[in-house]
Amino acid sequence: MKRIAIPMLILCVSLTAQNPSAKEIIEKVDKNMSAESRVFTSKMVIHNPRNTRTVESKSWSMGETKSYTEYISPPREQGTKMLKLDNLLWIFSPATDRIIQISGHMLRQSVMGSDLSYEDMMEDPHLLNHYTGKLEKEEKIGDRNCWVIILTAITADVAYQTQKLWVDKDRFIPLRKELYAKSGVLLKKMELSDVLQVQGRWYPKKILFKDVLKEGEGTEFQMMDIEFNVKIPDYIFSKASLKK
Amino acid sequence: MKLLFKLAAKNLIGAGMRTWLNVIVLSISFIVIIWHKGILDGWNIQARNDMINWETGGGQYRQKNYDPYDPFSLTEAHSNIPASFDSIVSKGEMAAILISQGTIYPAGRIQSILIKGINSDQKILKIPSSQFTGNNEEIPALIGRQMANDNGLKTGDLVTLRWRDVHGTFDATDMKITGIFETNVPTVDLGQVWVPLDRLQKMIGAPGEATIIVKKNIETEVPSTEGWKFKTKEDLLKSITDLIKIKSVGGIVLYIILLSLAMLAIFDTQVLSIFRRQKEIGTYIALGMTRGQVVGLFTIEGALNSVLAGLLAALYGIPFLAFQSKTGISIAGAGKEYGLALADKIFPAYSFGLVATTIILIMITTTIVSYLPSRRIAKMKPTEALRGKLQ
Repeated sequence: MKRIAIPMLILCVSLTAQNPSAKEIIEKVDKNMSAESRVFTSKMVIHNPRNTRTVESKSWSMGETKSYTEYISPPREQGTKMLKLDNLLWIFSPATDRIIQISGHMLRQSVMGSDLSYEDMMEDPHLLNHYTGKLEKEEKIGDRNCWVIILTAITADVAYQTQKLWVDKDRFIPLRKELYAKSGVLLKKMELSDVLQVQGRWYPKKILFKDVLKEGEGTEFQMMDIEFNVKIPDYIFSKASLKK
Repeated sequence: MKLLFKLAAKNLIGAGMRTWLNVIVLSISFIVIIWHKGILDGWNIQARNDMINWETGGGQYRQKNYDPYDPFSLTEAHSNIPASFDSIVSKGEMAAILISQGTIYPAGRIQSILIKGINSDQKILKIPSSQFTGNNEEIPALIGRQMANDNGLKTGDLVTLRWRDVHGTFDATDMKITGIFETNVPTVDLGQVWVPLDRLQKMIGAPGEATIIVKKNIETEVPSTEGWKFKTKEDLLKSITDLIKIKSVGGIVLYIILLSLAMLAIFDTQVLSIFRRQKEIGTYIALGMTRGQVVGLFTIEGALNSVLAGLLAALYGIPFLAFQSKTGISIAGAGKEYGLALADKIFPAYSFGLVATTIILIMITTTIVSYLPSRRIAKMKPTEALRGKLQ
């Protein structure tokens, strides 16, 4: 009996040690994915049923509430700037030399016909602040071993009631995300790839967003370069910076 | 005076082709003015009736945060239906509407819409809410013909509807098109979907709440209630009333051009008559008529053009206008994209006031235009005039 119980105990202890709790996993994911501040240059490749467009932009973000983006190309969009403070978004269009404010439901609309909403593009929420997780199973994505975690909202003001995450066991980076409506309908899928180490953390260089209710091949979001926890001057997050 | 009228009529008929040309031009002015005004009046009546029947009712209570021109206001623009309205709503004299924003995915495309919830047993608006049928799985939905055409939807189709609840959380499910209604009011049709009120309240998590409450189109007391502002029927119809007014002002330019042409012809005829009929003028004065009477004779002659024009216009105009008011004028599709309450056909409406005003306007204008050149007669020397000498 002793001969069986001891190895079983050792096995159980080692399994528990190998499988951290969902909360611990999410904490580590947050550490990798979120930061006090971020400055990044990105390329968005939008695949529509009829054509493919590429939009390049530079973004500055601080916490969950402040974000500023300036479009670099194509020439048609160059100089367009977006400022998001809490639930308000201002867009400056150089063609009209005007600042327009959008909020509420408009924030949920797609950015330039892509599969990303303004919220998706400009927000950087800490998952643990809004969700509780449940470790469901283990699965492989490509050659990577992943934990499958179901996130359920604990605050009322989140966009997606439920999320399903495939988290890389070694790097604590989600490699796949599924975003669900309250009714359980799958709304969006994200495939995260090209995971690199940046400033001592793992970060996916490429994210494929797919609004599953919409036709098309989705939108690729590629990080050209990214810096975490840099000091961003306050004036960046002011309306005055839109017209500069 | 009677003699003057007889003489004027004789002279006018005697002028032959010159008179008839004037009369024809003037009669066309009569018809065009009445026809054009009739179209505007017809449009006004039709648009007002349609808007009352489909949208405004007898006025609306609007939640204090609701601004129809600001979609951002919708997230905050809903609150509990006042308890004091319960009995009025149950009597069927008010209908509550809850408005939220959403997205539909017809054939894989993405389309932003307004979701409007209305009671299925309401009779105040013509929205066929009794057609909210089906099981509980899909949301029964009604859309207008234009919305159906724009999105390639037909009755029985299932479309995915995505919305957010009051906290901002996404939700989505299929809705089933249970009916497509025909309306001339694009503001209840374009970019919107009608669903049962209780269903929408549940969907967005706002039980017992509404954005607007439409009053029946009857004269009743309008109780004031906190948190809601009342818009009268006239307030709500102001946009269409203003538009018709602007169109009427634009129409005046047309009337001025038409009348100017006719008046120019009459003025010209009068000047020519006075120039060519100097001997006749001299004879009238020699026979004892005062200068004033001769001026009066020529003025009546000119003014009688409008009487003849009126008779001629009645001859061919009444059948034409009657035909138009019966068959209407087809303007299919025009203006709906701009949100105007415009039927596919406009039926001109000719009121007694419209016809009488037009007749009086033309007669007064013709009389003035006839009188102006006739004033020269008062300065003529009768002896010179008798000799036919130019003065």
